[in-house]
Amino acid sequence: MKVIVCVKQTFDTEAKIELKDGKISDAGINLIINPYDEVAVEGAIQLKEKGVATEVVVMTAGSDKGMDAIRTALAMGADRGILVKQDTAADEYARAVALAAAIKAENPDIVLAGHVAADDGSSQVPTRIAEILGLPHVNVITAIEIAGGKATCTSEADGGTAVTEVAIPAVISSQVSWNEPRYPSMKGIMAAKKKPVATIDAAAADSKVKIVEFALPAAKTAGIKIEDDADVCAVKLADWMKNTVKVEVK
Amino acid sequence: MAGTWVFVEQKDGNIRKVTFEMLSELKKGGDEVSAVVFGKGVGALAPELAKFGADKVYVADSDIFAAYNTGAFVAQIVAMINEFSPNALLFAHSFNGRDMASRLAQKLDAGLATDAIAADISAGKAVFTRSIYAGKALAKVEVTGSPVLATIRPGVWEVGATAGAGAVVNAAVAATAADVYQVAKSFVATVSARPDLAEAAVVVSGGRGCKGPEGIKLVEELADLLGAAVGGSRASIDSGWLGHELQVGQTGKVVLPNLYVACGISGAIQHLAGMASSKFIACINTDTEAPIFGVSDFGVVADLFKVIPILVTELKK
Repeated sequence: MKVIVCVKQTFDTEAKIELKDGKISDAGINLIINPYDEVAVEGAIQLKEKGVATEVVVMTAGSDKGMDAIRTALAMGADRGILVKQDTAADEYARAVALAAAIKAENPDIVLAGHVAADDGSSQVPTRIAEILGLPHVNVITAIEIAGGKATCTSEADGGTAVTEVAIPAVISSQVSWNEPRYPSMKGIMAAKKKPVATIDAAAADSKVKIVEFALPAAKTAGIKIEDDADVCAVKLADWMKNTVKVEVK
Repeated sequence: MAGTWVFVEQKDGNIRKVTFEMLSELKKGGDEVSAVVFGKGVGALAPELAKFGADKVYVADSDIFAAYNTGAFVAQIVAMINEFSPNALLFAHSFNGRDMASRLAQKLDAGLATDAIAADISAGKAVFTRSIYAGKALAKVEVTGSPVLATIRPGVWEVGATAGAGAVVNAAVAATAADVYQVAKSFVATVSARPDLAEAAVVVSGGRGCKGPEGIKLVEELADLLGAAVGGSRASIDSGWLGHELQVGQTGKVVLPNLYVACGISGAIQHLAGMASSKFIACINTDTEAPIFGVSDFGVVADLFKVIPILVTELKK
């Protein structure tokens, strides 16, 4: 059983965002695998360790910089990589078209990806890939069981936990709480250097969503700060909650 | 053209507030505003939807829509778009809303603005403001298409009081069993008397400074007194004191309450991203240098274990 994991290279979540010439500046920013995708990589490797999957292929679309994300996933334990060269400004539609074309050529049993990227926060690409490939999908999973040609997925849905069954092949997107991704071992890092990575050109697709402008939100400023005994602090805070915020007390 | 549609987010006949927020906001414009509701016996929801601005309520009533499933819902909305040609179709940015909108957008070969916090809609074109990097930056994006598609973040718009006529339009059921590819095996509702984190007017959160379940208990006591949702920073989630669904921040939820109370939370940038847009922010922290003070309207430098019990007593007075 072949598993493809789609990963996106994103800014470190601790990164401070700044604009340069009207665009998001990547100067000095540490790039990581999107944390939601990293969980998908770990999930795929665990499927292989359990003997469910036989091959884990990691795929990313974007610039050559994405090679670092692929090497990291290979060091964690993925078997080979595919870099789909595409303009990093591609929107969710164009990104999904490019990834779906590359996935189709691989004919996998399971496609895994994070349900959302920590940068653009769109939550679209996995579901779009499923639609293009005509496959079922399940989003925001925290557990998966694969048996008898079916994937049984536990999802963190709104207001509760949903268990959904789909036939495979299927596209499955992960919640960040699914697992705890491993750190690549030194042995893994060395092995990753020898693992094959193919570079292919993206299928042509025009973006449907146009960026008009980027901006930074108005900076929130500090207000009142009290340093005093706990009881004085508590009384003043209660007073502020009642009279300024006008909270309702149950 | 059939104006702007709002896809109704409901479960067992309970409509989520974000639906009313979308109807109310769109009602301020001149375009016809319609609610679209799929389910079993959901025609009865029309008066409630009218109350918050729906001029028309499109109803697709069938057992096949009794619970959300992507395949049937998308097949149905595609048939209705083809028949009625709305200018725009807005969904809640929720588990179901973004799932349905994404699959629909790809089926229509269309763009989609997800998690929008502002909208400027005209026929065939719209500009949405999206919060990116979990709120650290904003992107204005232009979406063209017929209909224009977007998902809207809960809590960004006020619920208004302008009613619409609420004329019911019963849509032919186009979805069939062949459209369903997901089998729902079970749904276990989170048992909580507290409001949903994403929609709560008040959120009380606990972080590393809570030191363990006892500190979290204090946070919960304060939350319950204020009718608030409980949230947590990454430290309290990773320590297992709270479930991941309660994490506020870049790899958790972005919240927009009227009041956010941060207890024992230092204010790492990835946490601030998830709550800094709250209307009022209060914090309790022993470290006077903690970044959380930089975004707080009211901060107290004190031990939460001492402050919260007195605060609870004072609030009850």
